[in-house]
Amino acid sequence: MTLAELLTAPEPYRPAVTAEFPALDGGGLEAAAAHASRLAPYVDAVNATDNPAAHAHASNVAVAVALYRLGLEPVLQVACRDKNRLAVQADIVGAALHGVTNVCCMTGDDTTAGDEPEAQRVFDLDGPQAVRTAAVLAGGRYLSGRPLSPAPPLFIGAVENPGAPPFEERAKRALKKVRAGARFLQLQICYRPERISAFCERAEAEGVTPAAALLPTVALVKGARALRYMDAKVPGISVPQEVVERVENASDEREASYQVSLELARNALAQPGVRGLHITDFRHDDTLGRLCSDLGLPTMRTAQGEDAMAV
Amino acid sequence: MATLLATIEHAVKKPVWDCRMCGQCVLHSTGFTCPMTCPKSLRNGPCGGVREDGACEVDPTMTCVWVKAYGRARRLPPPLRDGVDELRAPVDVRLQGTSSWANLATGRDRRRPEGWEAAERAAASGAAPPAAVGPAEDAQDAEGVPN
Ligand code: SF4
Repeated sequence: MTLAELLTAPEPYRPAVTAEFPALDGGGLEAAAAHASRLAPYVDAVNATDNPAAHAHASNVAVAVALYRLGLEPVLQVACRDKNRLAVQADIVGAALHGVTNVCCMTGDDTTAGDEPEAQRVFDLDGPQAVRTAAVLAGGRYLSGRPLSPAPPLFIGAVENPGAPPFEERAKRALKKVRAGARFLQLQICYRPERISAFCERAEAEGVTPAAALLPTVALVKGARALRYMDAKVPGISVPQEVVERVENASDEREASYQVSLELARNALAQPGVRGLHITDFRHDDTLGRLCSDLGLPTMRTAQGEDAMAV
Repeated sequence: MATLLATIEHAVKKPVWDCRMCGQCVLHSTGFTCPMTCPKSLRNGPCGGVREDGACEVDPTMTCVWVKAYGRARRLPPPLRDGVDELRAPVDVRLQGTSSWANLATGRDRRRPEGWEAAERAAASGAAPPAAVGPAEDAQDAEGVPN
């Protein structure tokens, strides 16, 4: 079942799981295959990231195509920081040429968040405009109106951050993206379950759901250091002091941080309009499998495709 | 004439709104907060990087332009209050430095690329947005993608 089928079925069949694919640099396709085979049993789709945290890596399109060939279902992440509207359209159409039809549009972190802060920031489009641009492509035209035939059958999504101010307005902003054409929303990592609940309730009241499927993000981290880092260094994510202390004071930090993630995941899945989870795995071990089995989610999808893998 | 008007507009709007002369003014739908003062020049609301205290991701010494914009807009009467929720089109960079007053008078500031216009019309007529890929349709196109 494709991500689009899972997330748009009138009656949810089961929660979907998407995950951030690790950024790739060297190592060729073997490096991609190694990560792919680790993730494949547990995920319905994986995000091919677009220079995450404003650091250059192998491009979103290149990675998405590799994932597709490896038998995973990719989600092409499209950020507005590095590319103008021509390049954004070219990336979406180019990836679709290879069979990549899931697109997730976002504004993107600022250049100053990365290791090349001297770079020109672009932001020719913003997140909602990028969503609309993808919808225009899916409708069989470029922004200019020039025909694009056949139209790429895109399944378009966006992101939203329920954990950052202005809290009361986040659902309205999500609605703007839904009106622009988004059918799924991957939500930013959030360590405050009450904010997720409040957002999902507002999203339902505004009509964001069921028009779009919500996928809150759960991070898998090794311990308190990572939590502190996120809290201090990632604008838009705040980790409550109690959570950091709970993990820090535990006899087994890894276990304690896993329990925190599991609780957040359970809470997220219980919210209205939530049709799955998005996972950011900073541990790269077997925790994702454990999480899926603890949540009663499938743990044995098979990846098929040109380069079939044993999973 | 056009440059004179731009000069006057800049003289009036710069001190009050820190106007950046994008030439397609949207102050009426942003609670009179200039979105071009956002370091990312976002026209449709805040990014996900707004800090816990409402400060900007890029420049923590300033309050997020959109935290201000929403706050101000929501205190205004209806037409001005709900404008923040409109989807604003990408800026036309050719209008940078020109007078938005002149562009408003001529309607130039409302001209959009044809593709965007078509999507707008489809959305307004209540037609299903083209992005709504249905499961059935998608199934055919997703050949080779694993389940
Ligand atoms: S935090 Fe607000 S002002 Fe700063 S870049 Fe994001 S949207 Fe713009």
